[in-house]
Amino acid sequence: MELRAEKIYRDFIRESRSTNRFTAVKETSMLLAPGKLTVLMGRSGSGKTTLLNMLSGLLCPTGGSITADGQDLYAMSDKELSRFRNLHMGVIPQGQTAVHSLDVRENILLPFTFYGDVPDEKQAQELMERLDIAHLAAAMPSELSGGELRRMAIARALVRRPELIFADEPTGDLDDENTAEVFRVLKEYAAEGGSVLTVTHENDAKSYADVLLTMSAGTVSQEIV
Amino acid sequence: MKSLAVKNLKGRSVRTAVLMTLAALLSFTVLGGTLVVRSLDKGLVSLKARLGADVMVVPKEATMKKKFEDMILQGTTGYFYMDMSRAEEVMEREGVGQVSPQFFLASTSSSCCSIPVQLIGFEPETDFTVSPWIKRTYGGQLGFCDIVAGSDLNVFVGDKLSFYGVECTVAAKLEKTGTSYDTTVFASGETVKELIRSSLEKGMNDFADIDPERSVSCLMINAADGTSPEELVNDINIHVKKVKAYKTGDMIKGISDSLGGVSRMIGLLIAAVWVLGIVILSLAFTMSVNERRKEFAVLRVIGASRGSLAGLVLKEALLTCTLGSLAGAALGLLVLLPFNGFIEETLALPFLLPGVGSIAGFTAGAVILSVLSGAAAAAISALRVSRIDTGLILRGDN
Ligand SMILES: Nc1ncnc2c1ncn2[C@@H]1O[C@H](COP(=O)(O)OP(=O)(O)OP(=O)(O)O)[C@@H](O)[C@H]1O
Ligand SMILES: [Mg+2]
Repeated sequence: MELRAEKIYRDFIRESRSTNRFTAVKETSMLLAPGKLTVLMGRSGSGKTTLLNMLSGLLCPTGGSITADGQDLYAMSDKELSRFRNLHMGVIPQGQTAVHSLDVRENILLPFTFYGDVPDEKQAQELMERLDIAHLAAAMPSELSGGELRRMAIARALVRRPELIFADEPTGDLDDENTAEVFRVLKEYAAEGGSVLTVTHENDAKSYADVLLTMSAGTVSQEIV
Repeated sequence: MKSLAVKNLKGRSVRTAVLMTLAALLSFTVLGGTLVVRSLDKGLVSLKARLGADVMVVPKEATMKKKFEDMILQGTTGYFYMDMSRAEEVMEREGVGQVSPQFFLASTSSSCCSIPVQLIGFEPETDFTVSPWIKRTYGGQLGFCDIVAGSDLNVFVGDKLSFYGVECTVAAKLEKTGTSYDTTVFASGETVKELIRSSLEKGMNDFADIDPERSVSCLMINAADGTSPEELVNDINIHVKKVKAYKTGDMIKGISDSLGGVSRMIGLLIAAVWVLGIVILSLAFTMSVNERRKEFAVLRVIGASRGSLAGLVLKEALLTCTLGSLAGAALGLLVLLPFNGFIEETLALPFLLPGVGSIAGFTAGAVILSVLSGAAAAAISALRVSRIDTGLILRGDN
């Protein structure tokens, strides 16, 4: 699936600043194509998460349009967009995102439960093994380390095999070995036809990138890889 | 989705238990309160019917120390007599419609009698106050030494009871009235006169020198058409000496007043608990949702629509409140049904539980009301959850 952003930008109202209207992401156009791993880097506060939220249908841009295979995301009703995200997008948000009353396996299978779909246990098991959390399948999130929770969130985003993946600093709490494994997983996912966008501060990520974007004060620019 | 709601509730078992207890308290109070109020109302209606006459006339001495009133209203035992001539004088007054004499006697717990009870004799030919009650459970004619027992007396039809050496047979038992009738034994005037005679012979009657054939304890009177009970009472009290006429409406006024007071208090209690319950419930739901803002945002990311998040919150609330309300209602019934006698004694007011159908109706009503209240309390939280700004929450604290 191809995701196309056309002249999108996002303003925020901030009372604390002298100019209370400020642009977190300046007008930009971009394409997430199948088979490509796009890496987005940039300093803290440069607008990476804001951009990712817009692309994943979680934050309406102030202007511009985002289309997935020609379908305008923000023209859909909330119900349609939710189901669309459920089926076609895997989002790994920044920070910890466990549902605390569910164990690790249930957390990973959560995307299947909202619409009464049959859970893909096999895929969940494979991902847990791949991400080295299979032994924690029955553990509760409160018993997990930050890195383990992070890997759980990655498995949850991939379990439905969505065409689009958005990862916001997916390796934030991980050691080098696990970081490398996560990037290998994302790279492989792209190679199998997924359109993957990942935000990261890891310099090593550059070597996995098919497309490398950098952000500075809301402006996106493409680097040569 | 439902299992997520259940797991969320189980995952926070303490909070869930507190919320359930609140819902239980709500339905308990609503059900218990309404049942008590209804029972008091029914008791009063029953008491009015039990008195069954506009006016009661008793000898003046029976009014000392509230003897007569306590007998009627509190169910204490007692007896007193006036001479037939006085009764006849009353009966001849203008404005007297239906009239029927009654004959009182109390049995003692000593060896002479099987049980200590109030005995009331009525004249089957003229009676219009007791017979309607008896007819409900007994179709036959009461023979000599046949008695009808109030529902609270621990005797059965066919039992033989002895009063002052006279053996009587229980011919019927009355249904519950919630009044002093429940501890009274009824018989024909002839039977009671025989018992009075026997008690006199044994020297066990407070009145040594009465003639049972010429003694009457009380006259039950309905005012004739065109005369008000008030006028009749005044007329009798002015013109007939050594008797006292009561308007039955006035006698139960005190009771209906204090009953109104109790009902109002219970009403206030219900309202207070209800308002407080809704406030606390909505606070608790709001807190529980705020605490899980991030989780709800995560569910959005995974593909839950705004509507389904609101649905999840409502489902959690409905589950908790339904379970809690059912438990509360069950507890209410468990307290009220077996202990209604105790409640009656404590309140010292006529108290008659509604029928099974009504109780079931009130129970369903209380449960539904408290579940709806819970849902209403959760509605605000559900609405807030459906409006959360996913992007903002997920950007925040890690
Ligand atoms: N809802 C909002 N209201 C006001 N300002 C916002 C909002 N969301 C983001 N911003 C501002 O927009 C800018 C970009 O934020 P964003 O979260 O996209 O940065 P980021 O590049 O993801 O940073 P980090 O690497 O620290 O995660 C920041 O200055 C932030 O304060
Ligand atoms: Mg960010």
